[in-house]
Amino acid sequence: MEPINNQEVIDKVVHHNSGAVSVFIGTVREMTGDKQTRFLEYEAYVPMAEKQLEKIGDEITSRWPKAKTAITHRIGRLQISDIAVTIAVSTPHRQDAFEASKYAIERIKEIVPIWKKEHYSDGEEWVGDQKGINSYPEGFPEGIEK
Amino acid sequence: MVQVLLFASLAQQAGTQKILMDANEFPASVEEVRKILQHKTGQLKGIENSLVAVNEEYAGLADKVKDGDTVAFIPPVSGG
Repeated sequence: MEPINNQEVIDKVVHHNSGAVSVFIGTVREMTGDKQTRFLEYEAYVPMAEKQLEKIGDEITSRWPKAKTAITHRIGRLQISDIAVTIAVSTPHRQDAFEASKYAIERIKEIVPIWKKEHYSDGEEWVGDQKGINSYPEGFPEGIEK
Repeated sequence: MVQVLLFASLAQQAGTQKILMDANEFPASVEEVRKILQHKTGQLKGIENSLVAVNEEYAGLADKVKDGDTVAFIPPVSGG
């Protein structure tokens, strides 16, 4: 998949009543503890991931009614320092923009069906459980509507 | 026919991303679909901790699956 163009994501949320745009950029890290990443591979359940990303946009609008949100996530093979995700949120004032962009990345890590496979210098592994979620006794995590 | 989709570690273990189930097994609960799947593919480590989506919406274990539906097993996500 093509690299993310940050400016294109930002341009989707800038409008005449926005006074702040908060941008979060997630990049591929080389060292995790003493593990060295060579490259990453992202896989997604694309149609559902798109719906869940839209849902995050809706959640942000219900919490910060004047916010506009754009999120682009890359899939496929990524190298160290490549951009995996770019989130842009515009609001009239800065505090809401900071909070809403943080909200967006936290929700991505909870509800959007995207997975990364770490290709380390000494092996490979599908990563899960980044938020310490060990099990879903009800069949779905808190905050996910059936 | 019901399509069952697997991702990440589940697809790797099963050796496939898509499994088809005969219409005559349905209607069935999500939990029953999981059992039928494990009968076909073997245990699939981590499937108990996976979420399930029916037709691209998160579903509970007791929810019904009918002929024509798509069921996806979603291991803990790691986007971002």
